[in-house]
Amino acid sequence: MNIRYEETQGRSLGFYALIAGLGVFILAALGAVLYMEHYGHYVTGMSNRIVWGMPHVFALFLIVAASGALNVASIASVFQKKLYKPLSRLSGLVALALLAGGLMVLVLDLGRPDRLIVAMTEYNFKSIFAWNIILYNGFFVIVAVYLWMMFERRMNKFTSKAGLAAFSWRLILTTGTGSIFGFLVARQAYDAVIMAPMFIIMSFAFGLAFFILILMASYKWTERPLGDAVVNRLGSLLGVFVAAVMYFVAVKHLGNLYLAENAGVENFILFDGGIYTQLFWYGQIILGGLIPMALIYHPALRGNRSTLGLASILILIGGVIQLYIIIVGGQAYPMEMFPGKEILEGYGGIAAYTPSLPEIMLGIGGIAVSLIAVTLLVKFLPFLPESLADEVADPHHKS
Amino acid sequence: MSKTLNRRDFIKTSSATTVGVATIASGITLTSFAVNANENPVTKDKRWGMLVDTNKLTEVEIDGMVSACQQENGWGSEVHSTGDQKPTWVKKLKVQDKATGKITSLPLMCQHCEEPPCVDVCPTNASMKREDGIVLVDKHLCIGCRYCMMACPYDARSFVHEELTDQREHMPRGKGTVESCTLCVHKVDNGESPACVASVNSDAVIFGDLYDPKSNINQTLKKVQSAQIRADLDLNTGVRYSGI
Ligand code: SF4
Ligand code: SF4
Repeated sequence: MNIRYEETQGRSLGFYALIAGLGVFILAALGAVLYMEHYGHYVTGMSNRIVWGMPHVFALFLIVAASGALNVASIASVFQKKLYKPLSRLSGLVALALLAGGLMVLVLDLGRPDRLIVAMTEYNFKSIFAWNIILYNGFFVIVAVYLWMMFERRMNKFTSKAGLAAFSWRLILTTGTGSIFGFLVARQAYDAVIMAPMFIIMSFAFGLAFFILILMASYKWTERPLGDAVVNRLGSLLGVFVAAVMYFVAVKHLGNLYLAENAGVENFILFDGGIYTQLFWYGQIILGGLIPMALIYHPALRGNRSTLGLASILILIGGVIQLYIIIVGGQAYPMEMFPGKEILEGYGGIAAYTPSLPEIMLGIGGIAVSLIAVTLLVKFLPFLPESLADEVADPHHKS
Repeated sequence: MSKTLNRRDFIKTSSATTVGVATIASGITLTSFAVNANENPVTKDKRWGMLVDTNKLTEVEIDGMVSACQQENGWGSEVHSTGDQKPTWVKKLKVQDKATGKITSLPLMCQHCEEPPCVDVCPTNASMKREDGIVLVDKHLCIGCRYCMMACPYDARSFVHEELTDQREHMPRGKGTVESCTLCVHKVDNGESPACVASVNSDAVIFGDLYDPKSNINQTLKKVQSAQIRADLDLNTGVRYSGI
């Protein structure tokens, strides 16, 4: 069956309302940035103890999700699954859009965002951060080429090679993101080899959740047919990914608990960390893991798009919470500076952090930038198949 | 002795990758770190270090060290930063041994690690180690990403959270960049001791070239028992403590 791709019309009231709505969030984010840069970071909740706050939570969340959003395309071109093929273009687009949103937040939270040019020209090749800058730039180029191969009929034959390159690059990229923490030897919360693979599996779940939401919303709002074959397959895949994230989380925390030197921070997150413990159990585990799994796997809800959409949203909220616990919780717990001694004065204790409104607005602005990029690009380029009805999309469809 | 900045010497002797620093426009001028090349060359034959004897050093003296540093380098009068947002180049720490109950007070600043994690992680080479072991932040290259603060095991670095006024001419600082103890590099390069060391009237804190067998610090380190904080991390710190 031949798939026909077509731009969305983008003339409806709904379209303009969506653009305007996202625009408001983007403007608010820019306002927040001007405010924070003008006064300095003292107007935020961040400090010398919590040096990375809410902006980093959102930035890393989006960057991690970006590489995961590419999975759908990878499954099609690397693993030759026909059902996913018509979704590949959108998958590449969502990946680029999420990365752009994440990077925007990361850059605008720098102390000197005006020196971005320094970051692009001065590289310390020992720094995993510098490597990440290269990996992010490379991701843009590789995925753009990959999309071009998909769009350009003459180039179609190279799609699977480009897909393989993009797939390998994204694995390295997420490993790089996870490794940012791997190099912080003095901080107990990050002292785990499992960090990088866990980030990869997190990216699978968050990226697919974004993808499903964007796919379902765009087909509903453009009134194009979207069959159950595609939706249900993506839904079960999402369930598997969430289960895998839960598995990794369990391994990481149980492993840490039995490692004497990390028991302190583990106890903090799991049992007596106040807000962090609550966020972990209620937010990350129940809201972002168990409930979505129930929504996806409960027999009575199978094929129900509202509950799949809800599950996806909860997974994303759980994802933000998970990164909050990793990034902020990991810093809040003090470093063990004098093993065998107790610090009475001068350092120590749980560092306080209350995210300020501008920080949150900047983070949400990153999501809005990603979504507005997708909304506009599907209008100007043929990313979306005009139909994903079962008889078009499902290779095993019997009529 | 010429007091003018010999910028080329500074660049040459710090790190090859900082070439071009002077061309980057910024509100802050690259002053000081002045090296009088003839008198006090920055070479890797030297390794500046400090030895703090916590048994001799009193709490009052530690407080004096902190104020001497503030006075010399111009930090501590920030008006908007609150709590942990305030810059702290050096602070007084009080620790108690869990087994013996012994309480020790000590000044904690950048330990000028030989293998500095802050330098390893810095994406732009703004964090750098001079050949003589002094670890500095180049305020022109720092983008304020704060990764070095995440990496430092000693909580030694501060991020400038607000616009600053009333800066010391020899110590440029800037909103949105990271800073830490420079071992008073501007004084050391002129043959003087760091301000905190000079503020102590006994030999409780000594400063000098760790490599020079004739230096007081080298000889003392051979005689007394001393320790590095978090020695297990193998960073080979330039600041050493005895009595902890
Ligand atoms: S103490 Fe911290 S700031 Fe100083 S050199 Fe070591 S890692 Fe860098
Ligand atoms: S904050 Fe500045 S000195 Fe620290 S790692 Fe980033 S660029 Fe380097």
